[in-house]
Amino acid sequence: MTTHIHETTSYDADEFGWFGGEAEGFGGRFMPEALMKALIELDDAWQKAKADPEFVAEFDAILRDYANLPSPLYHATRLSEQLGCRVLLKREDLNHTGAHKIRNVLGQALLTKRMGKTRVIAETGAGQHGVASATAAAYFGLDCTVYMGKVDTDRQALNVARMRLLGAEVVPVPSGSGTLKDAINEALRDWVASVDHTAYLFGTAAGPHPFPTLVRDIVRGIGDEARAQSLEQFGGLPNAVLAAVGGGSNAIGLFTAFLDDEDVEIHGFEAGGDGFETGRHAATIQANDPGVLHGARTYVLQDEDGQTIESHSISAGLDYPGVGPQHAWLAKSGRASYTSVTDKEAMDAFALLSRSEGIIPAIESAHAIAGAIKIAPQIKERHGEGATILINLSGRGDKDMGTAIEYFGLGDEK
Amino acid sequence: MSTSVAFEKAKAEGRAALVGYLPAGFPTVDGSIEALTTMVEAGCDIIEIGLPYSDPVMDGPTIQDAVQQSLDGGVRVDDVFRVVEAVAATGVPTLVMTSWNPIERRGVDRFAQQLQDAGGAGLITPDITPDFAPEWIEAADARDLDKVFLVAPSSTDERIAMTTAACRGFVYATAVMGVTGARAKTSDLAAPLVARTKQTTDLPVGVGLGVSNGAQAAEMAAYADGVIVGSAFVRTLLDNRSDEQAALKALASLTEDLAAGVRSR
Repeated sequence: MTTHIHETTSYDADEFGWFGGEAEGFGGRFMPEALMKALIELDDAWQKAKADPEFVAEFDAILRDYANLPSPLYHATRLSEQLGCRVLLKREDLNHTGAHKIRNVLGQALLTKRMGKTRVIAETGAGQHGVASATAAAYFGLDCTVYMGKVDTDRQALNVARMRLLGAEVVPVPSGSGTLKDAINEALRDWVASVDHTAYLFGTAAGPHPFPTLVRDIVRGIGDEARAQSLEQFGGLPNAVLAAVGGGSNAIGLFTAFLDDEDVEIHGFEAGGDGFETGRHAATIQANDPGVLHGARTYVLQDEDGQTIESHSISAGLDYPGVGPQHAWLAKSGRASYTSVTDKEAMDAFALLSRSEGIIPAIESAHAIAGAIKIAPQIKERHGEGATILINLSGRGDKDMGTAIEYFGLGDEK
Repeated sequence: MSTSVAFEKAKAEGRAALVGYLPAGFPTVDGSIEALTTMVEAGCDIIEIGLPYSDPVMDGPTIQDAVQQSLDGGVRVDDVFRVVEAVAATGVPTLVMTSWNPIERRGVDRFAQQLQDAGGAGLITPDITPDFAPEWIEAADARDLDKVFLVAPSSTDERIAMTTAACRGFVYATAVMGVTGARAKTSDLAAPLVARTKQTTDLPVGVGLGVSNGAQAAEMAAYADGVIVGSAFVRTLLDNRSDEQAALKALASLTEDLAAGVRSR
């Protein structure tokens, strides 16, 4: 199975990074001039790399031999019974390091090598992208610095230890709210000063052009594999594909292969936190307020002065006040629908999948399961009894056990 | 009043212009007006007022610290215009330096109008380039506001030409590859960048990032039309935060040192 990184869809960005055009669309490259040369070089390098069969073959081999891909497409029979339609899970939780994120970092690090740079930097929230970046840096023999909000380094000590064990330098960022968005700011500040020898491994399909396209191309293997597996194992395409959306890399990774299959419904689920109406959430698309954050025009949680509002979610991986610009365009163009699920709905789904399938999902992925529970009746109504939904199980829940112990009181004596 | 007036005056006097920066609302809104007025009286030719933003990319730790204090103090965009109005009333060309999103949020045209109404000279926009700023260019052109975009040591000649063609007032050359902040040594990247920039334009070129004293200002004044100082002023206020009078005195003496620097090239 080979990746389809060079393929295009009707929903791609133009050469300036606009999804849906400059006037009405999202994306672009809102960045300091100091980084423009590097971003343009990165774009050029990626265009050449993805057209080079040798690069593609090397990427495929690394994914297969090192990252344990392709991941299985699994028919979750007991969950299917409960939801009343066929549920297929794309098992990205079985990947090396436990999530879809390994694809992104291996692709970007391979490109870094090709460009002759010797150091990578990354931002991380809960630490998953940081661990993946440190892993890829170790694999390719690159120096690695990971920026992580001070609040996050304090609450994710295990991942900090993992990154350090893998040889990365972890820099706690105390500024701003001390979380993911501040880690991105600090990584960009490093990059402004180090851009001649350093590549920025962006953690999601967001940021300035070409990152939304570059990361999307690299992770689209999720959907390419799932589409082929669905045809081969189940004799057809699913009626709907579902994924959780924070920055949006696992979702765009699944959706891309299905964008031009007009009969396939596409559903993204944002983190609703305490509930959209409480204002304590990370449901950026639902908030429907365009702005510019971290280099792209997209939907942003912001106040009336354009100051970023902190997001809230039980899932650190979805806790981001922006969203990848291609998702913003898929929402606005109507190709995909985005709704939110609350912390409680996600945690209920977390428990349900654990008990009905013996799979403990990442809380991020549990948002997609929760979304499936909510929309299964509509899917069945539209597509009949044999309806099939395909969910991206983007990661495993080992990292979330601390949260689960606290949420469910699992440590309590009964 | 366009900054070009101040550059012409400095040129006629055979020196470089001194451009001073502080964020609005630091330490308070009134405190920033007082501090900026002190800088004008002590010799700044042009003032840049920072609009505090939650997610600045180009700011180093010193300015981040000050901006965070402004935000924690509850500063609003309307307060920024109030500071602009007070400082512009001194007769010195007054620019706003801002990240892009607060402009877009307010509406580019409305922001430009409010800036003009407050007597502002224009904008310095460090995190957007002319190729992504057509709306601002149009709004500024309609009102003759200064459009100050940045060039960097990494800029290609082609991009420098594109950038200077879009500027009005002056061109901001970033002396180092990095964020704002005082540095012990001046950069050897600045002079070649100014030379490359001047090949594409007759506009004045100001150099910023890393200048903290009169000697450094004098070095830069040898090849640049303007010397831009930010973090050093902010540092002075941070270091004297417990004593307002001492802070203003220190600010005046730093300004005088820098003003002497731009006159001794």
